[in-house]
Amino acid sequence: MKTEYKRVAYYPGCALEGTGHAYNKSTREVGKALGLGLEEVKNWNCCGAMEVKNVDPKVQTYLSSRVMSIAANEMGATVVMAPCNGCYHNLKKAEHELAHDASSREAVERISKNAGHPAYRAGQVETIHALDWIKDGIGEEELKRRVGNSLKGLRIANYYGCMYTRPRHIFPEKDQGPGSESTSKPHFMDDLLAAAGAGNVDFPLKTACCGGAHVLSDSDTSTKLVLNILRAAEAAGADVIATECPTCHSGLEMHQVRAEKVLGEKTKVRMLYFTQLLGIALGLSPRKLSVHENVSDGIELLREKGLA
Amino acid sequence: MIPLTQIEAEIGAIAGAHAAAAERLLALAEAVLEHWVAARGGDPTGEQVEGFRLLALHRQGARGVPSFNACRETCREIAYHYNLLRLEPDAGQEERRRRMMVMLTMHLALFVSGKMQIEGLGEFCCASRPLRTETNH
Repeated sequence: MKTEYKRVAYYPGCALEGTGHAYNKSTREVGKALGLGLEEVKNWNCCGAMEVKNVDPKVQTYLSSRVMSIAANEMGATVVMAPCNGCYHNLKKAEHELAHDASSREAVERISKNAGHPAYRAGQVETIHALDWIKDGIGEEELKRRVGNSLKGLRIANYYGCMYTRPRHIFPEKDQGPGSESTSKPHFMDDLLAAAGAGNVDFPLKTACCGGAHVLSDSDTSTKLVLNILRAAEAAGADVIATECPTCHSGLEMHQVRAEKVLGEKTKVRMLYFTQLLGIALGLSPRKLSVHENVSDGIELLREKGLA
Repeated sequence: MIPLTQIEAEIGAIAGAHAAAAERLLALAEAVLEHWVAARGGDPTGEQVEGFRLLALHRQGARGVPSFNACRETCREIAYHYNLLRLEPDAGQEERRRRMMVMLTMHLALFVSGKMQIEGLGEFCCASRPLRTETNH
């Protein structure tokens, strides 16, 4: 276990204050239940998401670096935890740029000086995902000991999306053999939910594209991609798709509704954040985990399975 | 080349005869990637990577377009399911595996046809192309 993960700087990012509010709430509640501390990054800003980096990637690098600079230089943190795949990805990307590209370092130093704060230097903090935080901060064995409401009987397709593992070069800690995460077949969410008693189904589209940048827009392409993911999860025997990204989660939920309305294609599989599922296993109430905020009706399923 | 819409329709209609279905699905997946390579002015490769032309075509298609790697694992899963259907024909899971290979091939077709309409598809992740690169910060 990594003791430095017991208390981390928490970077929720913009999505977790909006469409991903239930992910924010359930992450905080699960952390509390497991004794993992979170200290929100003070005065954090947008990571640059997709919009800024499409205009100017160095400004995106700066925006992500500012979050890490505050964590390191103002809060004295050594670890920043970002539950959103987009934020996690962008902070890791900024870290890589600052470690390997002199022009990015110059741009960040210049903008940071103008903004009046110390420039972030590569290596000052380690950026991790919420999956790393629980997997390496608590581990499966300890998690098993704390499970009071086993997810036994719940069949789960774990959906990671593509930003969690791609591109490989910005995740040097992955693909490092036993115990590390895999970029081709990620398994941390599978491991944690199995420890919570759930049955994970073999789901070959776990890293497939859900429509990415277009998933929240009214796009037929996204609807078809999402519908295919939902059907594949059902064909694999899943009751639930577990998610770990607010963009993927929103996309799956919204396009499930749209697929029924526009294409007349109804699917029954439900979407829940992995933190909501872990919280249920730890005995927290669905309301405390904001399951009622999901578009996809998870409460009914949890009742059917005797979990709520 | 078979039009992409026709490929999608054929993928959705494939049923029965598992070994033959696997062969046809693999061929259709290759045909999808041929569209992508040809649309970018390339000559679709006849080479193989790890025994699969599909993986060679993916590698060719991703050259200079890192976001095309959003379908890398889908291609690898298609190859994996092809192997399962060809090498373990009596494993008792043929129907489930065939259905899964259909969905994987369909996902590849949807992703590629979508990307040919919306170039940014899959680009949230790793390959945003800057609209301008020279700036005064």
